[in-house]
Amino acid sequence: MAFTQRHLLGLEGVPAAEITSILDTAASFKEISERDIKKVPALRGKTVINLFYESSTRTRTSFEIAAKRLSADTVNISASTSSASKGETLADTARNLEAMRPDAIVVRHPASGACHLLARHVSCPILNAGDGCHEHPTQALLDLLTIREHLGRLEGLTVAIVGDILHSRVARSNLHALRALGSTVRLVGPPTLVPRDLAAFGAELHTELAAGVRDADVVMMLRIQRERQGANFFPTLDEYSQYFCLTEEAVRLAKPQVIILHPGPLNRGLEIASAVADGPYSVIMDQVTNGVAVRMALLYLLVARSKGEESGETAAEMIGDAEPVRRRTGGRA
Amino acid sequence: MSQRVVIAGGTVVDPVAGKAAPGDVLIENDQLVGVFSPGAGGAESDTVMDASGLLVLPGLVDMHVHLREPGYEYKETIATGVAAALAGGFTSLACMANTDPVNDSAAVTQFILERARVAGGARVYPIGALSAGMKGERLAEIGEMYRAGIVAVSDDGRPVMDAGLMRRALEYTSMFGLPIIVHEEDGHLAAGGVMNEGVTALRLGLHGIPAAAEEVMMARDIALTDLTGGRLHVAHVSTAGSVALLRDAKARGLAVTAEVTPHHLFLTEEAVAGYGTNAKMAPPLRNARDVEALRAALADGTIDALATDHAPHHHDEKEVEFENAANGVVGLETALPLALRLVADGVLDLPALVARMTVGPARILGLPAGTLSPGAPADLTLVDPERRWRVEARTFRSKGRNTPFEGWEMAGRAVAVLVGGRLVYDDRPGTAAALRSAAS
Repeated sequence: MAFTQRHLLGLEGVPAAEITSILDTAASFKEISERDIKKVPALRGKTVINLFYESSTRTRTSFEIAAKRLSADTVNISASTSSASKGETLADTARNLEAMRPDAIVVRHPASGACHLLARHVSCPILNAGDGCHEHPTQALLDLLTIREHLGRLEGLTVAIVGDILHSRVARSNLHALRALGSTVRLVGPPTLVPRDLAAFGAELHTELAAGVRDADVVMMLRIQRERQGANFFPTLDEYSQYFCLTEEAVRLAKPQVIILHPGPLNRGLEIASAVADGPYSVIMDQVTNGVAVRMALLYLLVARSKGEESGETAAEMIGDAEPVRRRTGGRA
Repeated sequence: MSQRVVIAGGTVVDPVAGKAAPGDVLIENDQLVGVFSPGAGGAESDTVMDASGLLVLPGLVDMHVHLREPGYEYKETIATGVAAALAGGFTSLACMANTDPVNDSAAVTQFILERARVAGGARVYPIGALSAGMKGERLAEIGEMYRAGIVAVSDDGRPVMDAGLMRRALEYTSMFGLPIIVHEEDGHLAAGGVMNEGVTALRLGLHGIPAAAEEVMMARDIALTDLTGGRLHVAHVSTAGSVALLRDAKARGLAVTAEVTPHHLFLTEEAVAGYGTNAKMAPPLRNARDVEALRAALADGTIDALATDHAPHHHDEKEVEFENAANGVVGLETALPLALRLVADGVLDLPALVARMTVGPARILGLPAGTLSPGAPADLTLVDPERRWRVEARTFRSKGRNTPFEGWEMAGRAVAVLVGGRLVYDDRPGTAAALRSAAS
């Protein structure tokens, strides 16, 4: 199935076949990052703007590297240097950027729905790099790619997502995508952070870590935000940690081949024990590597593809790939 | 010299008698003489206003509007708000106190009344603030505002969190017979919320406001009404649980009344999908189950009034991130056709609907409006129930364009409005000029 999205605002409602097509494209792009000269001409002459209203090291760097490896020109705008600090509205910023004719805008913003607002004001594709508590679709896609590489499939897997589900855009995007691809999703945490209404999304809800991770194929830990402590979502970080920190003991309850994911940055000893984060089942660094490939794939699919389709070029031709497309690297890293 | 006009040939809807029947309405100068059977009301000397094919209603009453003046004239002025009201068929308006300065003094009340007099057209009744500056700390000078002409007391938009203050307000206002209009929302439960709490909020990643935020405050205030013998009017009821509380309070004989808005009767939280900020208001749009409960309560009289909570905002205040957008929607120019849709849907009959938009709110506020009784002010709204039109915000008389009903196909619209016997709005094709001269 062809990829049909005009923007990547979220993964809710994106059909399984399109998600698979993104993952397949990303898998084929991984090899570029292993070359001596890590650059293909797919987006030559294209301009990609990274518009970040929240601080980010990993995601912004990943998007920038992805664009550069496709030969796009990149411009980074952060909230502290932008006219947002002078009171310009998001809609006005969008109109101004549009007037400079970018080919894609990557957006991170603290308000849910900010990408939807931008998409109404620009003609180029918008890539959501995280909007408020809504979605973080590229994070979920790189998570899915990592899971697929290690376990060979997504259908029929049991994935436990542990932590602050209520405020997590990572959890939302993963929930939509994993459900679309046939995984069973468990959401694990205190009821203050795992509201009962989440059951409507087809997830199993657990308040006990042991039950949540038991026989799981994948455990995905979320970063706990320290500011939740003051808002009575739980009494103290210490108490939270006693109940929901992923320890080696808890990992032993999962399937023997379990893999552990974390979107980073890690709060070592708080939501994840260092022994787990650094353990043999941890695939956290693979997630980071796959992040570049997934973002390359999305930039390619959203920006270059329409032109490529007109001229009849395929992905492999555009990236000058002589090797066969590798869908899965397979096995554990 | 006395001027008599007979409005003939229409279907007269009498909300007090609860009937709709062919008839003639006779007015003399600024008062109603009465309703007569077809052909029986007029005399040879009278001017005849042809109402064939039209519904003849007492002028509609909107007990909850924000006219924004003084202080927010860029959103609305009393003149533009009144023009919007007339175009929507409303002849009497009660305007909320959250202006700048707040209407917490006789001087501001007098200013509003003076601006309304200059604007002409609809009758404007100011609502005074409950607390000084609407800060929820100490009582405003309610007695002075009462003398200046307020018809109710409210901190609408800023729920009164201090139960002690609410208790004193209910006691104190009973001296004047003024109702307290309450915006029921517990600030702690609603903190940070921008839409209804539930599945849609979770999906959109927006912070939710639970139904309980409204219900716990309503339960508190019903208990305080019982304690004090005051009069409580609950603004814009939005949940099924609130309806149950109201029903119980009324069964116990407490002086509790309530209103509902058209948007809470026609829209659910689903309208927020896509982050459209014209679906953002307080209280938020709820679920289908709530809509059904509200409709049933309006039909059986548990809810006494349909009120718009007309809340105009500037485009710039809505064209922002959802969580940063202003709360509220305009309603004056879309309420009547939406209300008529309730009749078409079989929710309630036409006289009952008209009662909720006339005598219902008029009784709560003690206004001399909303009936066809002999001697009542000659405020009438003539409605063409067949007029088809499409909502286009850019054509509104209101400065506010923030409607969630953009593009809706409507049936029915006010085509002529009389206030005090004067034809102040006329949208009947071909007859406008002749009638304007006849009625003036």
